[in-house]
Amino acid sequence: MEIKKNDYEIRFDNEINTVFCSGTYRLTGSEYAPISEFLTTIADAKPDSLTVNLTTLKFLNSSGINTLCKFIMCLRKNNVLQVKVIGSNEYAWQKKSLTNLKKLLPSLELEFI
Amino acid sequence: MTQILGDFIDLDTGGSSDFLMINFSAASVPLQQRWRNNGLSADFLADYLSTFFPGEDDDSLTRKSEIKDGVNFVTNELLENAMKFNFPEKYPVRLYMELQEDKIMLYVTNCIDPRAIETWKHELNRVLTEDTHELFLEQVMKNDTTNNSDSGLGYLSMINDWNAKLAWKFESIPDDINVQQVTVMVQLPI
Repeated sequence: MEIKKNDYEIRFDNEINTVFCSGTYRLTGSEYAPISEFLTTIADAKPDSLTVNLTTLKFLNSSGINTLCKFIMCLRKNNVLQVKVIGSNEYAWQKKSLTNLKKLLPSLELEFI
Repeated sequence: MTQILGDFIDLDTGGSSDFLMINFSAASVPLQQRWRNNGLSADFLADYLSTFFPGEDDDSLTRKSEIKDGVNFVTNELLENAMKFNFPEKYPVRLYMELQEDKIMLYVTNCIDPRAIETWKHELNRVLTEDTHELFLEQVMKNDTTNNSDSGLGYLSMINDWNAKLAWKFESIPDDINVQQVTVMVQLPI
């Protein structure tokens, strides 16, 4: 399952329960709708655990931050509490912004590699 | 009539600091096309500024990377907002960035529909006076139950994630009583 555009890509590998987001997300609010739908489908399947790999995510605007926050909220509502988010040390913004996700789901594990 | 929200510092282009000014003729291309331009402009400003922070040791590289990502995020957000809310489109959007000794100053000016101003000012006052981390969570909860196309997280992310200080200046335009001009000022510490 994937969405692939010129600037960004999102893909779900169901064998390892991992969502990969890569590239640059500078979409308008309404352009995030297909991505939100994609992520909601994953959350609604209620996997036992889930990894969100953001190591090649270069840029996320505030509407993208909102989409990611909504996804984490959706996981929480579906009682998917074993969530690991992997960020990259290469992108300074990730350390600043991704820590907010833990406020939405305290059990979330955040790792930077 | 002029109204200030926050600690607004007036733009002074007469100094000796390095600065850049860009004028966007907002009516020249459709919003969708301009959206791509926002990203290109933000990338350019971030790349340009990062050349002022040399050094190859770990601390220097981390600092450079933080400044670059901060400028990129903030500039992109300011331009997205300005382009989205610019009204009427015949007026340009202006961006000014100045590198000072201990901070980067960013100013973005656009015109807005006066009918939307009061609600907006109320929200801006909350951003200036309340706990922005609490506001961030409140906004995420609100967005979770509504389908707003505006996330309302841009200014809050600038403040919480990048230690930015924000202020706004609202001004009338002498030749057009139906329009107000707004300038948002962002100070990014370096």
